[in-house]
Amino acid sequence: MIAIIDYGAGNIFSVKNALDHLGKESILTADKEVIASADAVILPGVGAFPWAMKKLTESGLVDTIKEQAKQKPFMGICLGMQLLFEKSFEFEECDGLGLIKGYVDRIPEDDLIIPHMGWNKLEYNHECKLFDGLGNDEFVYFVHSYKAFCDDDSLYAYSTYGSSVPAVVGDGRFVYGCQFHPEKSGKTGLKILENFTALSGR
Amino acid sequence: MLAKRIIPCLDVRDGKVVKGVNFQGIKEVGDPVECAAEYDKQGADEIVFYDITASHEGRGVILDVVRETAKKVFVPLTVGGGIKTVDDIRNTLRAGADKVSVNSQAVQNPQLIKDGADIFGSQCICVGIDAKAIGTNKWTVYINGGRIDMGIDLIDWVKQIEQLGAGEICLNSIDTDGVRGGFDIPMLKAVVNAVKIPVIASGGAGKLGDFADAFLQTDCSAALAASLFHFKELTVGQVKDDCRSKGIIVR
Repeated sequence: MIAIIDYGAGNIFSVKNALDHLGKESILTADKEVIASADAVILPGVGAFPWAMKKLTESGLVDTIKEQAKQKPFMGICLGMQLLFEKSFEFEECDGLGLIKGYVDRIPEDDLIIPHMGWNKLEYNHECKLFDGLGNDEFVYFVHSYKAFCDDDSLYAYSTYGSSVPAVVGDGRFVYGCQFHPEKSGKTGLKILENFTALSGR
Repeated sequence: MLAKRIIPCLDVRDGKVVKGVNFQGIKEVGDPVECAAEYDKQGADEIVFYDITASHEGRGVILDVVRETAKKVFVPLTVGGGIKTVDDIRNTLRAGADKVSVNSQAVQNPQLIKDGADIFGSQCICVGIDAKAIGTNKWTVYINGGRIDMGIDLIDWVKQIEQLGAGEICLNSIDTDGVRGGFDIPMLKAVVNAVKIPVIASGGAGKLGDFADAFLQTDCSAALAASLFHFKELTVGQVKDDCRSKGIIVR
């Protein structure tokens, strides 16, 4: 069972639809016990960083997330990925979950169209199990105005939009983050989600 | 670098895909969920449902179509047609759409763009525009499916909607729509140069090379077509192969 954390953000049904399509059992939940008993956890999210952290704090989920992310496959998607970092500067300086070293700030190139919206190519930086079965010419769907600034170790794949945009990040253990929407990235995205679910061994 | 997007559009009435010629003799030609799944298979980068349901009661049906499609198709979905209020936007997004497209309603009530962008984010507010030339490099904006000239200058309008927070523009040329002689390059160029948000070319695609022409001659981000794909004259895959062979980045 995969727990999709429901803290009132965005269109989380599309993540569930994708997992249903893959035949993977999942549940939308804000219940700590359900999250603790899940085989893997997904933290989705669309919206603003401070708002999302406030919601997670109010739901009392921050500690649960930090504990679970140390012992089972955990994936943040889009804003959910940004929340994995130490802090963000969206609107105001705001602490994140601190699961991956680094911070989140606005895409700096002011001559670019912002948001970075559309299909961009995945450029691999380090080996990662999420990339099993993917080719060298894979595109994924992005919609975001802020991006992560992180160490090379945490950067598994990036896309180029002005400069490098972290696309897949991780802590080297259980935590993964996708800046793009795997649930909206066609076959490539479904493969990445499938690879993630396979990490739990179920 | 972002890939140029190829977007098939499905006209939907009362939950069925329809095709009409010059607004007459509209006939049902298929199931929108199946059509969307087929386009997905062909490599569509996004799918647009344009709801032409006239009655208020029929409005719920498009949401069912979106809900069902979102279970099978894992690329972004956009819904246009008949979206008048913030509640309409919310309901459409909740049903599984990633974006809404507002057209006549936005011309009559520009605040809808701002409210939608403020609440849901610019990325899910696309503004559709029907425009027609009134001279060299001058166009005005029409509403109600190209029937009423609002006398608004196209370039003024696109700058205004960008200011209001629109995330994208879908630009349909009434002059080239249905003529099948290619997209309206001068109009596209003028709009792309006036704004920094992505512009989708619409209206006029009649043959394979028309898509690549739009990408090579303007900085538009995407190109949309309906009948051409619907009647299987071309597949999305063929269009992409043609673009790729001309050095255009596509998925």
